[in-house]
Amino acid sequence: MSDVKLPLYGEMADPTPKISVRGLDFFYGDHQALFSNDIDIAPNRVTAVIGPSGCGKSTHLRVYNRIFELYREQRVKGAVLLNGENIFAPTVKLLDLRRRVGMIFQKPTPFPMSVFENVAYGIRLHYAVSKSELDGRVEEALKGAALWEEVRDLLNRPGTALSGGQQQRLCIARAIAVEPEVLLMDEPTSAIDPIATAKIEELVEGLKGKYTIVIVTHNMQQAARISDFTAFFFKGYIIEFGATKQIFTNPHNKKTEEYITGRFG
Amino acid sequence: MTRFHEYLSEHFETIFRWFTILCAGTVLLIMAGMFINLAWNARLAIGEFGLGFLWSDAWDPALNEYGAFSSIYGTLVSTLIAMAIAVPMSVVIALFLVELAHPTVSKVVGSAIELLAAIPSIIYGMWGLFVFAPIMAETVQPFLQETLGLEKVPGLGRLFTGAPMGIGMLTAGLILALMILPFISAVMRDVFAMVPPVVKESAYGMGSTTWEVTHKVTLRYGIQGIIGACFLGLGRALGETMAVTFVIGNAHRISPSLYDAGNSIASTLANEFAEASEPIYLHSLIYLGLVLLVMTFFIQLAAQWWVARLKKSMGAGL
Ligand SMILES: Nc1ncnc2c1ncn2[C@@H]1O[C@H](COP(=O)(O)OP(=O)(O)OP(=O)(O)O)[C@@H](O)[C@H]1O
Ligand SMILES: [Mg+2]
Repeated sequence: MSDVKLPLYGEMADPTPKISVRGLDFFYGDHQALFSNDIDIAPNRVTAVIGPSGCGKSTHLRVYNRIFELYREQRVKGAVLLNGENIFAPTVKLLDLRRRVGMIFQKPTPFPMSVFENVAYGIRLHYAVSKSELDGRVEEALKGAALWEEVRDLLNRPGTALSGGQQQRLCIARAIAVEPEVLLMDEPTSAIDPIATAKIEELVEGLKGKYTIVIVTHNMQQAARISDFTAFFFKGYIIEFGATKQIFTNPHNKKTEEYITGRFG
Repeated sequence: MTRFHEYLSEHFETIFRWFTILCAGTVLLIMAGMFINLAWNARLAIGEFGLGFLWSDAWDPALNEYGAFSSIYGTLVSTLIAMAIAVPMSVVIALFLVELAHPTVSKVVGSAIELLAAIPSIIYGMWGLFVFAPIMAETVQPFLQETLGLEKVPGLGRLFTGAPMGIGMLTAGLILALMILPFISAVMRDVFAMVPPVVKESAYGMGSTTWEVTHKVTLRYGIQGIIGACFLGLGRALGETMAVTFVIGNAHRISPSLYDAGNSIASTLANEFAEASEPIYLHSLIYLGLVLLVMTFFIQLAAQWWVARLKKSMGAGL
């Protein structure tokens, strides 16, 4: 049986990818940062993106929610399909795309408002809800981000008054409050301490039941621990992509092996 | 190395600390000195009129009766007009420069604004009197009278009654607005430019429009700086002398119409010092100056209190 439509991650997950990227090139002005990237992101799984600094991991992620379009000199070529629909098609509504594809950054980015308002921000943006329903949704999102117990009495405090790890979970709560399908995380733990990192890793494990997660990390152990699939980026190319276990135990490419064993990067 | 050098390097920390304390102390000293000096030189008027000076609208050099009310009123009204126009416009200009404009446009317009802020106030005054006031008299004031006058808008229309002479409270307020606008815009632009791109990106990443990012995140993030900019502008408007003196009309009068001539504390001082022959006249003018100083002082205090309160409630970024 020769199934030509098998996704790039093989048979280990849902045969219809959440996101399919084909022939993606990316340009910062004249500088090309990504070269014909092909990848499939499995639904309800964690896909790790690894590679040395400057290889294009963040650039690649920033295409999925079209956030790069904020900068006029940045351009893409190629296709990115979300649920089979090209995100660059004129029928796709940009604001709704960004609701469906949430993003968490390296440094926590709480807005200058209270904890409650931070989470309510996106809900108010996309849904018309009553006050009591809003309260419920905020609580639910904070619970989803494993933060509720810690902040239930601090809801009116500024979001910036929380600890770094709590702020990052607040940002996750804010992102999941709008019921996204995909969560993009760009080195979400590199600016916080090991204990807070462990909490976020645990959270990611729990979240993948509901969301599709793509996470950039420089921490090989982290990638091995929490991801199902791993993509290795090098100089703008996706050199190797496959099941995390295979990538870390039996990499096919020599560069991948050198990188994960810490010989460069 | 001389003994002096040795001593210096050994005790540098201590000496430096005392030096900084001295410098900082000088500021306090100057401020206290100003208050005391003004109060002393106004003592005759303070003794004669007391606090009643503040709400007395008498100003009669012939009878030696003086009150600050018309000057305070004029200062507040002209400043209010200026702020009501300049602040919203500055926010819009600054947002345009930072968020919307093409970088080249932003640079050119930004430099133009900085140049405007550097124009000496006497130029604004002359331009106001010779160019702007005639335009007001011939076009703007008749137009306002037609559209917002007493027949069209009862109540509020009172503001636009009287002969359109070109000079008066409204013209003074507009000139003041023009003067503080570039100043406030420039500071606000810097404030908006300091909002970290990643915070804006995460707001856009939630699916916000530019407008939502602007008024829910950027404005809040920069709120302390914005308030700071406004109060700096306010301080400037309150004390502005030359430009206002040229166009306000200089009459000790309190009129509901913005077309009427009035005066401000600063313009009264500029106009009447030369004429103050009697000691009580001079002391009254200095008393007026003291009132302006105290007003400015309390406004700055209020600004600081407001910013501190905001900081507590939203932990704004700056
Ligand atoms: N705003 C920009 N303008 C121009 N070039 C950029 C810009 N951002 C990134 N680049 C370039 O694009 C390439 C990829 O950068 P990117 O930030 O995607 O790398 P990364 O893999 O995320 O690195 P890191 O691990 O350090 O975060 C680099 O060569 C970088 O210099
Ligand atoms: Mg990066």
